[in-house]
Amino acid sequence: MDELCVVGKSIPRPDAWDKVMGKTRYVDDITLPGMAYAAIYYSSLPHAEIKELNIAKALRVPGVLAILRASDIPGKNFIPMIKEDWTFFAKEKVVYPGEPIALIVAESKDAIMDAWEKISVVYEELPAIFDPEESLKPGAPQINPIGNLLSLHKIRTGDLELGFMESDVIIEGVYETDYQEHAYLETQGALAVPGAEGGMTVYGSMQCPFYVLKGVCMILGLPQHKVRIVQTPTGGAFGGKEDMPSLFAGLAALAAWSIKRPVKLTLDRRADIIMTSKRHPSRSYYRLGAKKDGTLMACEARVYLDPGAYATLTPSVLWRCCIHSCGPYRIPHVKVDAYAGATNKVPCGAYRGFGSPQVIFAMERQMDKLAREIAMDPLKLRAMNALRQGDSTVTGQTLPWSVGLEECIQKAAEASRWEEKRSRYPAEDGYKRRGIGCSFLHYGVGLGAAGSRIDVAEAYVQIKPDGGAVFAVGTTDMGQGMQGVLTQIVAEGLGGIAPQQIQMLPVDTMQVGDSGPTVASRATYTSGNAILDACEKIMDEMKKGAALLLKCEPSQVRAGGGKFFQESAPEIFYTFAQVAAECSARHFGLTHTGYFKSPDTSWDSETGQGKAYVAYSFGVQIAEAEVDMQTGEARVLDIWAAHDLGKVVNPKMAQGQIEGGVVQGVGYSLMEFIALDGKGRIQNPSFSNYIIPTSLDAPLVHSEIVESVYPEGPFGVKGFGETPLMGVAACVANAVSDAIGRDVDKIPMLPERLLEKMKG
Amino acid sequence: MIVNLNINNQERQVEIKPAERLIDVLRREGFFSVKEGCRKGNCGACVVLLDGSPVNSCLIFAARCEGRRIETAESLGSTENLHPLQKAFLDEGAIQCGYCTPGMLLSAKGLLNENPHPAEDDIKKALDGNLCRCTGYVKIIKAVQKAAEAIGKTR
Ligand code: FES
Ligand code: FES
Repeated sequence: MDELCVVGKSIPRPDAWDKVMGKTRYVDDITLPGMAYAAIYYSSLPHAEIKELNIAKALRVPGVLAILRASDIPGKNFIPMIKEDWTFFAKEKVVYPGEPIALIVAESKDAIMDAWEKISVVYEELPAIFDPEESLKPGAPQINPIGNLLSLHKIRTGDLELGFMESDVIIEGVYETDYQEHAYLETQGALAVPGAEGGMTVYGSMQCPFYVLKGVCMILGLPQHKVRIVQTPTGGAFGGKEDMPSLFAGLAALAAWSIKRPVKLTLDRRADIIMTSKRHPSRSYYRLGAKKDGTLMACEARVYLDPGAYATLTPSVLWRCCIHSCGPYRIPHVKVDAYAGATNKVPCGAYRGFGSPQVIFAMERQMDKLAREIAMDPLKLRAMNALRQGDSTVTGQTLPWSVGLEECIQKAAEASRWEEKRSRYPAEDGYKRRGIGCSFLHYGVGLGAAGSRIDVAEAYVQIKPDGGAVFAVGTTDMGQGMQGVLTQIVAEGLGGIAPQQIQMLPVDTMQVGDSGPTVASRATYTSGNAILDACEKIMDEMKKGAALLLKCEPSQVRAGGGKFFQESAPEIFYTFAQVAAECSARHFGLTHTGYFKSPDTSWDSETGQGKAYVAYSFGVQIAEAEVDMQTGEARVLDIWAAHDLGKVVNPKMAQGQIEGGVVQGVGYSLMEFIALDGKGRIQNPSFSNYIIPTSLDAPLVHSEIVESVYPEGPFGVKGFGETPLMGVAACVANAVSDAIGRDVDKIPMLPERLLEKMKG
Repeated sequence: MIVNLNINNQERQVEIKPAERLIDVLRREGFFSVKEGCRKGNCGACVVLLDGSPVNSCLIFAARCEGRRIETAESLGSTENLHPLQKAFLDEGAIQCGYCTPGMLLSAKGLLNENPHPAEDDIKKALDGNLCRCTGYVKIIKAVQKAAEAIGKTR
C-alpha cells in the first residue's frame, strides 16, 4: 500500500467544533411549531394483571391532548428485536416495574405531571421472580410468553472428564456481578413529525436507526418507504441506545400520528434509569484444571445472566458472553453452558462489552487463583497459555492472522513494572495496602456468526464539482468519533484529500440502505469498507477525467496527496478539484454507493463450535489499587491498558476510547450499584445515589497501542470501542485481592463488602 | 414577572414565572448549550457562570439572578476566534459526545478566573461536579492545563 496521508494521523474530529462552541443540537434542543410533549406512564409492580386502567380524570387535565394505550395502536403492539416477546405497552399483565402502560400527550410538561397523578391502575399481583437461576427451576412462575428460558448457548470441545483427570490442580469458584447503568449524559429522546402523504419522520438519539425504522413501521402499520428515521447528535450510548430507542421513537410516533402534530418524548434521568436497559447481572460457576507447570487442560463454566422480563437483545449478549467465557487461552477440553432465565425486572440489553465483562471477571479471577495454587506469577501463567497466531480458540476457530496479544503482554508488563511491584506488595502492611493485578482479554469484532445476516453496510459518496465531498453511512456516531474516523477514511480513499473538504450527512434511513446496527465495535470496519468500495468506483471515474487532462490512458493515472499524475512524471499534476471540475463538465457520474458484507462466519449451536467472528481484538490490562483497611474503600491508582486494535485511524481518538472505557470499567468495579427493593424496583434512579466516577475517582490511565493489522479491515482496522472496559473489573479485583490478601469474587467492590471480606 | 439578566454581555428583559429555574429560562431564550443531565445538581451539564463563578443552573431560580451577569458556552469564542479553553479541548481530543462539554468549559473557565495557574489536583477538584461518561477525564484535565499555559503566555 502507498504511504497513507490521512489515516493514522491525530487530527481533531469534525464534530468537535460545534460541540466546543455549544452549537450542537441534540434532540431535546429542537423545538418545532405546534410541538406537543409525551411521557410514558409505567408500572409500579414487578408482576401483576392489569384489572383496570383509569384515564378519564387524567384526560380532563387542561392541556392534556391524549392518553394512549395498547388499544390505540394502529399497527402492532410488538417491538421487533430478536425474539417475539417485547411490546410497546404491557398487554394484559405487567412483567417488570417500569414497563410502559400508557402514554400521556400534552401541551406542556406541567400538564403531563398533573395527568400522571390522576391515572390509576387496579392490579392483581402475581408471584414474581428476581433470580435468573430460580427462574429456570421447575415450578417457577412463568413470566414470559416464550417461556422463562429466554436463551441458552454452549461450547463443547475435547473431553472434559479426561481434561480434569489429566489436571494436577482444579480451581473452583463462584462469581457475581451486578448491574451497570449506561449513564450516558444525554438521556433517551425522540421527536416525531407527521409528514405529508401519511408518512412519519422521527429524529432521535440512537445507535441503530434501522432497528428504529422497523419499530416505527410496526407500531404505525406503515411500510418502510413512508417512515424516515434521522439520528440527531447523540450524547453517549455505550449500548444503551441500541434497543431502547425503538420503544421511545415508536411511542413518540404513535403520539404524533394520533394528534397529527410533532411530539417530543424525552426522558428525565429518573425515568431513564428506571425504564431503560442495563448491563446484565450475572452469576457464574467455574472449574478450571491445569498441569503443575501451568498448562491449562480443562474449563467448565455454567453462567447465568439476568435478562429481566423480555428477551430484547439477550440472546446475542448471551452468545457473546459464552464465546468469550474462557478467555484468550488455549484450552483443549471445554464445556460451557450459558443461560438467561427471565426475571420480573427491567430488561437488560447491550452495554459496552456485551456480556463479556462478566465472564472475563470470573475467568481472570480463576486464573489468579490457579497462579497462587501453583506458585506461579499470574502474568506468566497467562502468557504461557495465551493465544498466538495459528492457534485454535475454544470454539475450534484457527486464527490465521492479527493476534497481537504477545505484544500487549510485553508492553503492559514493561510500562507497569509488573515484576518489581508484584514482588514488593505482598510485604506491605499498615492501614493502606497496595496490590497489583492483571487481566487478559479478546473480543470478536463485529456481529459474528450470531448476526451474520445483518453484518452488512452501505455508504454513499458524492463529489461536488468544486472538489468537495459529502458522504453518508448507515452506522452512527454516538460520541465515540465514528464521523471523524470515517472522514479520514474517505479522505484517504479519495487519494489523500484534505478532511476539511469532506462533510458527513446526518444518518438518515432514507439516504442509505440498511447497514445493520452500530454495535460490536463494527462501525469503522464495516462502514469503512463500504466507503472504500464507493471511493474506488469514484476514483475509477476520476482517473478517466484525469487521463483526458494528462493526455494519457486512465490506467497510467496515479492518485496521491490530493493530486492526479502519471507515475513517470509526478511533477505534472492536476488537483482533485481540477479533476472534479473536468468530470463534472463532461458529465462523468461522481456519486456512488459502496457495499460491504462481512466475510463468512459459522456456528453450530448443537456442537458449540465454529468460526465465531471474523477477527479478534486483544488486550492486556494491569491495575494498581490501594485499599484503606479501616474504611474498606478501594481506589484504583493506575491502569496500564495495552490494546491490539489493528491499524489505528486516529491515535488520539483511540487513546480517548481507552481512557473513557477504562474509567467506566473502574466505576463498574468499585462503585456503580443499582439498589432494588423487594419488588425489583430501582431505589436509586439518580446521580445522587447511582455513583459514577468523577474527575477525582479517575485513575491515571496509561494507554499502549498495538497495531496487529487485520487484512480484511479498511487499511487493516479491526475495531475496539468496547475492549478498554472489558478487562477492568477483572484486573482491579485481582489487584484488590492481592492488596487485602482475600479473594474478592463479587463486584462492585463496595467498601461495606470489602470490610465484610476482611473481617471474614 | 420580569427579570433583567445580562446574558453573554447583552442586557435582556425576560418574562419568567416566579419559580422558574435558570436553566429553563436560558434554554427558552435560545441558549441550548445549557444542557440538562439530571435536574438535581449532580452532573454539571447545566453549569453557567454567574458573575464569573460556576453554578448549576438547574438549582437556581431565575428570579434570583436579577441584574447579574450570566455566561454560557455560546459566549466563549467563535470559529475564527476560539477561547484558549476551546482550542485546547479541540487539540487535546477532550471531546467525545460533547454533552458535558459546555458545562466543563465553563467550570474550567471559572477555575481559571480564580486560579490562573492551577495544579492538576486543583483542576480535578474544580471539575468534580461535572460528570463525563465518555472521556475518562484524562484529556479534559490535560486540556485545562494547556489552556492555562496558553493564557499565561498571552498575559
Ligand atoms: S442538570 Fe444541573 S447539575 Fe445536572
Ligand atoms: S464527552 Fe460525552 S459526557 Fe463528556
